[in-house]
Amino acid sequence: MEETTLNNGIQAKLSDKFGEKISAVSEPYGLLTFVTTKDVIINVLSFLKNDLNFNFLTDITAVHYPEKEHGIAVVYHLHNMAERLRVRIKVFISEQNPTIPTATVVWKGANWMERETYDFFGIKFEGHPDLRRILNMDDLGVYPMLKQYPLEDPNRVDKKDEFFGR
Amino acid sequence: MNHNHPVFTDNDPQSELVTLNLGPTHPATHGVFQNVLQLDGERIVSGVSTIGYIHRAFEKIAEHRPFYQITPLTDRLNYCSSPINNMGWHMTVEKLLNIQLPKRVDYLRVIVMELSRIADHIICNTIIGQDTGATTTFLYLFQFREHIYEIFEEVCGARLTTNIGRIGGFERDFNDIAFAKINKFLKEFPKALKEFENLLSRNRIFIDRTAGVAEVSKETALDYSWTGPLLRATGVDYDVRVSDPYSSYQDFDFEVPVGTSGDIYDRYLVRNEEMWQSVRIIEQALEKLKSEPKGIFHADVPEFYLPPKQEVYNNMEALIYHFKIVMGEIDAPKAEVYHAVEGGNGELGFYLINDGGRTPYRLHFRRPSFINYQMFAPMSEGMLLSDAIINMSSMNIIAGELDA
Repeated sequence: MEETTLNNGIQAKLSDKFGEKISAVSEPYGLLTFVTTKDVIINVLSFLKNDLNFNFLTDITAVHYPEKEHGIAVVYHLHNMAERLRVRIKVFISEQNPTIPTATVVWKGANWMERETYDFFGIKFEGHPDLRRILNMDDLGVYPMLKQYPLEDPNRVDKKDEFFGR
Repeated sequence: MNHNHPVFTDNDPQSELVTLNLGPTHPATHGVFQNVLQLDGERIVSGVSTIGYIHRAFEKIAEHRPFYQITPLTDRLNYCSSPINNMGWHMTVEKLLNIQLPKRVDYLRVIVMELSRIADHIICNTIIGQDTGATTTFLYLFQFREHIYEIFEEVCGARLTTNIGRIGGFERDFNDIAFAKINKFLKEFPKALKEFENLLSRNRIFIDRTAGVAEVSKETALDYSWTGPLLRATGVDYDVRVSDPYSSYQDFDFEVPVGTSGDIYDRYLVRNEEMWQSVRIIEQALEKLKSEPKGIFHADVPEFYLPPKQEVYNNMEALIYHFKIVMGEIDAPKAEVYHAVEGGNGELGFYLINDGGRTPYRLHFRRPSFINYQMFAPMSEGMLLSDAIINMSSMNIIAGELDA
């Protein structure tokens, strides 16, 4: 119960500061989750870091929902080590123009996390010092974690059984 | 200095700098990753890390696999401590499905996880010794990693990529030989670790090579999202086992060692002390197991835990559950869950989004090696090449976890 009260406190402070920009607040498995918009995301992150003591950036990643209007969700996980609280922030951005300000201005560690997210989802982090592919080869040409790319081409001919004597 | 692209100065005869291609298969990097370094004599002027040489698209593959088939993928993240990854994944799914485990299963898991933490730290610390020129310590302590693998072999049949446990518990109970081997290990390992420490910890050469090298402040470490022994060596007492206890870690009495300066020597000391604490935890777990009812090795969740094969052939109910699990006709809640465990290198997180189907909608691994390693190139600037090598070994970068 205690954690719920703490989460409510955070939620109230965020709503006071950003009002309508904080939406869809929920608490799946005790982890405060909310949606915000890309114009205030850096302010939200800095506010959480400097005023609410969420000093640690656990992770940045993205999710692709092809059926939604703003089909790419950038997901941030922050951690308040002193009070042992975590928070999850989502920003939905459009698939046609996937841009979002970089979080490297708040945490240097965001650098590679954003490069990885760019590599797999094609999200342009504006202001990122070094936005290149990180795990895939430079001339891959696609952003492989988007849902339109199947795991393997079902029509591949080089994996036919006859080539393996089966 | 431009970090964006590797600069090769070799074709410029006027250049004062030398380009050194450290990796991708250099014996000193202990893994497949490349660093293009600019050297002025022996001093590193700048470096660019290139990673991804063994990227296997686990996150994409995981979107096409039922939950229980993702465990072998997690094996291949940090393959030096596979059981921690396996358990972390099982616990993520158990959290999603709200499965409560019997205490005995928790304690068995703790034993397996702490053994693999010891194996992981053995690798890192002996390799720091090896890279500073102390081959004896490497060979001496490394045999205990072999003993740990023998225990895993007894528990699950595999050694390195263990695929240990199942969602809901273990696939079988620990047998007597496994317990005997654990007890033998607990008896012999402390002596060897003590001797290892005697050889290295107050060794003049070792201290000269490591103390004060690659110092990192608390603030920088937190800014770069470091976790695990690297963060603790800088003086931050963050350990997921304490801050977010999973698998009944709250029942155990152990300490979280922290360093002061974050240099290589501190990292070595933190890892050594963690091995002592792991031994303590395993001893406590064995003690606690004595008061638990025998023979329980999984939770009673027939919808998610595969029944024994014998049952499937002879029992209608077991056959139905077997069919439903294998064909993926079990409903899992539509939810998002983040679960973190303390891996060998730091906070290993699993971010699972489930849409109710048999496979995850999205699964993301927060891989500590990946996040820790990004500081290597900026850190190396101004460092001697030989120091950068031991800095890399002390970061314990595992290529599988780096590249996923």
